[in-house]
Amino acid sequence: MNRLPIIFVGFLLTFTFAWMGLAITPSIHFRAPAPLTPPSANETLIDQGRGVYMQNGCIYCHSQQISARNFRSDQARGWGRRRTIASDYLNDKVDLFGTMRTGPDLANIGSRNPSPQWHYLHLYDPQLTSKGSIMPPFRFLFQRHKAGGPPQVDAIPLEGGDGIVPTQKARSLVAYLLSLRHDMGDPPEAFEAPDKP
Amino acid sequence: MNPPHPVDPIEIERSREQRVEIDLSLRGPIIHWLTGAVCWLLAGTVFAMLSSHKLTNPEFLANSPSLTFGRVRPAHLDAVVYGWLSAGSISVGLWILARLCRAPLRHAWSLHLAAVFWNVGNLLGILGILNGRSTSIEWLEYPGDTTPWLVLSFVIVMWHGVDMLRRRAPGHIYVSQWYLFAALFWFPLLYLTAQTLIIWQPVSAIAQGAVNWWFAHNVLGLWFTPVGLASAYYLIPKVIGQPIHSYYLSAVGFWSLAFFYAWNGMHHLVGGPYPAWMISVSIAASVMMVVPVVMVAINHHLTMVGHFSALRWSPTLRFVVFGAMSYTAVSLQGSLTAIRSVNRVVHFTHYTIGHSHLGMYAFATMVLFGSIYYMLPRIVGREWPSAFLIRLHFWCVAIGVILYVVVLSVGGIQQGLSLQNAAIPFLDIVRKTIPYLYVRTGAGILMTIGHIAFAISFFRVVLGKTRPEGTPTLLATPSHRPDLASV
Repeated sequence: MNRLPIIFVGFLLTFTFAWMGLAITPSIHFRAPAPLTPPSANETLIDQGRGVYMQNGCIYCHSQQISARNFRSDQARGWGRRRTIASDYLNDKVDLFGTMRTGPDLANIGSRNPSPQWHYLHLYDPQLTSKGSIMPPFRFLFQRHKAGGPPQVDAIPLEGGDGIVPTQKARSLVAYLLSLRHDMGDPPEAFEAPDKP
Repeated sequence: MNPPHPVDPIEIERSREQRVEIDLSLRGPIIHWLTGAVCWLLAGTVFAMLSSHKLTNPEFLANSPSLTFGRVRPAHLDAVVYGWLSAGSISVGLWILARLCRAPLRHAWSLHLAAVFWNVGNLLGILGILNGRSTSIEWLEYPGDTTPWLVLSFVIVMWHGVDMLRRRAPGHIYVSQWYLFAALFWFPLLYLTAQTLIIWQPVSAIAQGAVNWWFAHNVLGLWFTPVGLASAYYLIPKVIGQPIHSYYLSAVGFWSLAFFYAWNGMHHLVGGPYPAWMISVSIAASVMMVVPVVMVAINHHLTMVGHFSALRWSPTLRFVVFGAMSYTAVSLQGSLTAIRSVNRVVHFTHYTIGHSHLGMYAFATMVLFGSIYYMLPRIVGREWPSAFLIRLHFWCVAIGVILYVVVLSVGGIQQGLSLQNAAIPFLDIVRKTIPYLYVRTGAGILMTIGHIAFAISFFRVVLGKTRPEGTPTLLATPSHRPDLASV
């Protein structure tokens, strides 16, 4: 073949075909509704927390999607009560579905583990709550206070008398984690294919 | 294939002089681009080793927010993808285009400027990630404000590529030229689409996910793969002095790749919250990738038949053939992994990381190493300083990447099977992966040694601490070599 224009039109056509199919069609099809009310104070905090989640790269170990019951063991592990579908993510602002499960899935961590205390301790030092975890500690999101110092409001006591105080970043991150509930609304049965033998 | 070899001695001499003129025209800019690329390779290697060590020792450098795992890991990815592999692909791609079009580079200053923009963009991007400004979109972590630098740089590169094609010598257009022509347009279109729909004017989260993986998969499929295949199609016949086996196979290979690869992205989201048709179309396209891959494999193999002994002495051929074989392996593995019954087990595990290194490293990076071993002496006019360093480079990275892929594949399959069994507690699964992760760090050390050997060779050539062009640095004495000028 020795005609450049034919090659050019050809490879642009094949490209445009897939571009329409996998980039433009979903962008038009999955439109998030515009919010009806201005964000509340808590939503602002959650948005900040999502930012902390993003800047520290949580997605490189944690997914946020639940597979169908007959496909993966996600539901049997208690990560969700049904598979997640596109409309569960209409309130999400950023794609944080993730592709790794070096750590457990977080799609419904807000309903699975609603204790802020647990999350603060876990972020400060994962070994305190999950012995043997390979998650890095996020001590830089906390201030540590020695035992016997002036009493701190909101301090979380550690063994040995010291206490940790979460920074604004830690507070917003936990608020974000507790907001993660992607299985609200319709009952599970509506979303699952019947079990195959 | 190239126009038939001229037999007239005057013609041969003229063709040689033209090659020298073309190589000289690219000398400055390519040294500039490659120096940046090699520095990014070293930086990316440091980030890789930090990430790998952190997975087995989470307390390592844990008090620095900039060096937390979730920042050095994307810094590794983007440093090697954009800083090293893209810059290297641009260097080699433009050089092959200039050679095949018989069109020397014009306006070399603008390609220097493009190199500056590219490196500034990458530097700002990496610093952005380390300072906590990552977009958290895989393969696209650079903060949005670094994009203009990269786009401006690439527009200049594109202009040069098109300029060479416009001035090409009349006659047949070789398959490497098609691949490079297409890649020069595909990559910026991909990048701009993803930037627009995810960062500048974000669409809904669910649509972002689709665009994200359509983009990320195609950076390999429609950018590194065409450049890697163009290099292999150009260099294998060059080194062994034989034309490519079949013109028709290369044509069908090109068009089927263009048609199927662009649809593969959604296989990264199998089981995810998407309509079944989107996932299914990508699985089907992934399986169809067997067609172009087998075409290319047959074509390269039949070209090589009878010349495998050249692997003993030619550094270029060793790296390029290793890369071409890895291309077949990674593509067939990819088709298999896309299938639902396989994907349900291995997705979300370290297996995927092994697979991506088989593509980005064992294929794309190895072909790039081989291409640089061929191109640099001709452009700079100096030979590689030491066969020992090349041998050390080859064996360290070859053994390193094989070990890397094997250990993560085995560990990942085990991890995936355990994940499927809800009776096994999650932390037990994590614990069982740790030995594999230690071996991965070991494989990384081997690859690091190889990169250091390569960087020493590279900088000695660039700085003139080696002998001038004349007798090429070979790994053994060739028993039979048809053309001394093509090693």
